[in-house]
Amino acid sequence: MPHTVSIEDTGERYACSSEESLLTAMARMGKRGIPVGCRGGGCGVCKVEVLAGDFETRVMSRDHVSDDDRAHGRLLACRVYPASDLSLKVIGKLHKNVCGSAAGR
Amino acid sequence: MALTGVLRPGHAQVRVLDLNEAVRFYRDVLGLVETGRDAQGRVYFKCWDERDHNSYVIRESDRAGLDFFGFRVLDTATLDKLESDLQAYGLATERIPAGEMLATGERVRFTLPSGHVMELYAEKDKVGNGIPLVNPAPWSKARDNGIAPIRLDHALLYGPNVAQVHKIFTEVLGFYLVERVLTPDGNANAAIWLSCGQKVHDIAFAEYPEPGKLHHCSFLMESWDQVLRAGDIMSMNQVAVDIGPTRHGVTRGCTIYAWDPSGNRFETFFGGHLPYPDYETMTWTFDNFGQGLDYPQRKLHETFLTVVS
Repeated sequence: MPHTVSIEDTGERYACSSEESLLTAMARMGKRGIPVGCRGGGCGVCKVEVLAGDFETRVMSRDHVSDDDRAHGRLLACRVYPASDLSLKVIGKLHKNVCGSAAGR
Repeated sequence: MALTGVLRPGHAQVRVLDLNEAVRFYRDVLGLVETGRDAQGRVYFKCWDERDHNSYVIRESDRAGLDFFGFRVLDTATLDKLESDLQAYGLATERIPAGEMLATGERVRFTLPSGHVMELYAEKDKVGNGIPLVNPAPWSKARDNGIAPIRLDHALLYGPNVAQVHKIFTEVLGFYLVERVLTPDGNANAAIWLSCGQKVHDIAFAEYPEPGKLHHCSFLMESWDQVLRAGDIMSMNQVAVDIGPTRHGVTRGCTIYAWDPSGNRFETFFGGHLPYPDYETMTWTFDNFGQGLDYPQRKLHETFLTVVS
């Protein structure tokens, strides 16, 4: 039975089963609210804050998710599997860029 | 040209978030050959056609990314010479004893101004590719296991101070600049592709605010057909694909970028032109970076610029 995920920033809603990550289900449906990166918990661009709902997680990089983040539901969407309907807001951005430091010279 | 000095990329050590999942991916999907495990829990792999004991080493960690990247040099006299040259240039070096990595001799380690840890070494046990050296067959059944690249080809690394890194590789380590992408103002290099032989690149760097980041380790395929086959195997195994199959404008290589289960990007790469050290560097302006990255689509994929581990 799929759960309903709501992206509060964009108002997008999509179905996600408990076997699928929040990010994979979103991308598969062609929606774009959460930035899509490595999908393996390593790059950090899909960081979200879960506002309501139950979920399971898989391992994700501590470079992007601290203990404090974890305690406050700030997680990588590619490693979060819903156990109920769930709402979230997007924290991660594709903001860092090649030549950001060279251009500053 | 007689190849001396630094010979080739020899090993990469990469951090993974779940060792067992990573071993299944690298062994069964990418099709590397597992050659050993050590007391630290590291797992050693080589590509099927490589002769040295290992080229790709993974260890479990709570964060993804690259521990270090190592180059094989001609012999121990070359290793000693390059170490003293690095010190004379002003870089601190450290000796890692033989045997710290399985089947690997003494390593000279130093850290680049981009934050990446580099190594040089002269000795790694030759275990062969399973094909005899006398009357060798062109391939063995190992070629059919998974994607099965033939060698670790190069890496692209993201970090600051690319201009300083460029000088170290060209002035100390004997590399030459094959291609580059300029910054938007045209006054510096946003990205550089460096060769130590006649490969189109052995290592590449792009300017990025955070130090020590891995963009990808690249594995060489034998043909464009093998790159397409790699794409099929990625989809069969639900591997997260980034870009491709397509062809780069930079290097002219054919490519797929994808991620391992921990978010470390890798590439299945084929082709590329064959430069010589006397060739003039080829330059891409930043507004043509899209063609440099993905020539058919002429698209500067956002993930290429922003997603690293």
